[in-house]
Amino acid sequence: MSTLPITLNQSRSTWAAGRTALLALLLRDFTVIKKDYKIFILRTIIQPFLLCFVFLYVFPKIGQSVGGSSKRAASGADSFATVLVAGVVGISVMFQGLQSVALNMAQEFGFTREIEDRVQAPCPIWLVAVEKVVSGALQGLISAALVLPIAAVVHARGVQASMHIHWLIVLTLIPLAAVAMGSLGLVLGTAFEPRNIGLMFGFIVLPITFLGGTYYQWDHLAPIKIGSFHWLQTLVLVNPLVYVNEGMRAGFTNAPHMHLYVIYPVLLAFFGVFLTIGLRNFRRRVLS
Amino acid sequence: MPHTTTAPVIVTEGLTKQYPGADTPAVKGLDLSVSAGEIFGLLGPNGAGKTTTAGMLTTRVVPTSGRAFVAGIDVVAHPTRAKQFLGVVSQANTLDRQLTVWENLYFHGRLFGMNAATSRDTANALLEQFQLARWAKASVYALSGGMAQRLMVARAIFHRPAVLFLDEPTAGLDPQSRLALWDILEQLNRDGQTILLTTHYMEEADQFCDRVAIMDHGQLLALDTPANLKRGVGIDTIVTIKATGDLVAFAARLQAFEGATAVREIDRGLELHVASGDRLLASVVAIADELSIAIQDLSVAEPTLETVFITLTGRELRD
Repeated sequence: MSTLPITLNQSRSTWAAGRTALLALLLRDFTVIKKDYKIFILRTIIQPFLLCFVFLYVFPKIGQSVGGSSKRAASGADSFATVLVAGVVGISVMFQGLQSVALNMAQEFGFTREIEDRVQAPCPIWLVAVEKVVSGALQGLISAALVLPIAAVVHARGVQASMHIHWLIVLTLIPLAAVAMGSLGLVLGTAFEPRNIGLMFGFIVLPITFLGGTYYQWDHLAPIKIGSFHWLQTLVLVNPLVYVNEGMRAGFTNAPHMHLYVIYPVLLAFFGVFLTIGLRNFRRRVLS
Repeated sequence: MPHTTTAPVIVTEGLTKQYPGADTPAVKGLDLSVSAGEIFGLLGPNGAGKTTTAGMLTTRVVPTSGRAFVAGIDVVAHPTRAKQFLGVVSQANTLDRQLTVWENLYFHGRLFGMNAATSRDTANALLEQFQLARWAKASVYALSGGMAQRLMVARAIFHRPAVLFLDEPTAGLDPQSRLALWDILEQLNRDGQTILLTTHYMEEADQFCDRVAIMDHGQLLALDTPANLKRGVGIDTIVTIKATGDLVAFAARLQAFEGATAVREIDRGLELHVASGDRLLASVVAIADELSIAIQDLSVAEPTLETVFITLTGRELRD
């Protein structure tokens, strides 16, 4: 025992120890993903694949109208494909962020109690939570890269999404969306009791998904109003996925989208608020 | 005791924790000093404040007032720095379920700043030392309770902490695993590892701890070596008598016995505490005969830490 090498530099600064710990935690997360990479890929692509398959292959084949008010069916399908492809990337980033952070956290807080050991890491407690967000965000980026080809490939003959990639937007907005959604995962993972984590999907994830502008542009909600009040268009503004999807539309297509001057600041604000709340919750959960 | 007093590695001053909403503090004004190389036991019933004390020392519980130092570092003011010097084995199994046995150790090393090669070598050496080498590639789900506990100890000492903390380490283990764990802890201690553990098993505290702090209701009742604690109660002998008949009269006569310090009623009998006495058993039997009391069983024992606890609190440890 006493022959074991003692190489730990115990006088490391907090900053150096924190950086080392962060990298080690990320290394651990990606080792786990690498072990089950098939499951990771399957989990990532199943939903986008089904969305594209049903909406861009099955619907056009059976003549189901998905093109909204467009007069000509073919161009209706094309413009819907254009809208959906961007939305599918957005929704994948969201799912990956929520799932990898919130579900893992529920498990570690819940029956395995692993979190008790994780917070003994020689770094500030907040860094343990931030690592989860970073890890979730990186997984979100991988998802986006996996999903885009599917959206481009899976569709019926004749249906074509018109893609125009604006790299500057893509390369800034996807990471921003990924960290914002990872932070939302942190909020949900720390706010829900581990045994109630299933409720999260019903009450939070489903509404976000269906009212997040994946299947339609935000400004197309305008006709839904009471009197002159565009109630649905106003209501969904609290949904962060709306900005993600509008941003993806700006990045991947020439389709009309919400103004970038709105998308960036609002997503930044969501990121800030989610991270602040998430870190506060996390601290409360692990310290007493 | 094998260890002489050296520089204290754990010091607490007036350490107090009041949980929000609780009527009384979980720990109240605790002053402790643990020397390097000691096996130090916090002994007490459930709710005595042992786990809260260990929690404060390991940065998980933030004290309401008072101070605590581990390896000279103020754990409240500098928790991140202090964590480099702490090894913690908590009550629950906190092994990383998504990693193998070997990976649980390897990534712990990386987390504490060791490079890949050192982490790998240390992980291999520890698995060997803790007799877990053949499980290296197994999922931690495959481990029995005792093996999981050993792996947690291996993980906790991986980074050579100044103090190894164990919260109720043998609770829920079968007797064989319990002995195996104590073998390991004693070996680590012989190599110089300071160990602080909480337990409600007085036999363990008695047998393995260099010093024991007895806690109840968040307060320190006594702190000394097990031998001194037992000596301190002023009892040589405990006579346990299982008997039927007029036990009240019997107790009154035994109370008047020379050297008797206490007579307690126990299940179907009496317990007599004696400071010193000659021909003790013969006298007890004579008195029982006189009162026509039928003795079923008579046993003599030395005082235990249980006796100490009863003397201090008037209650049994397991109440």
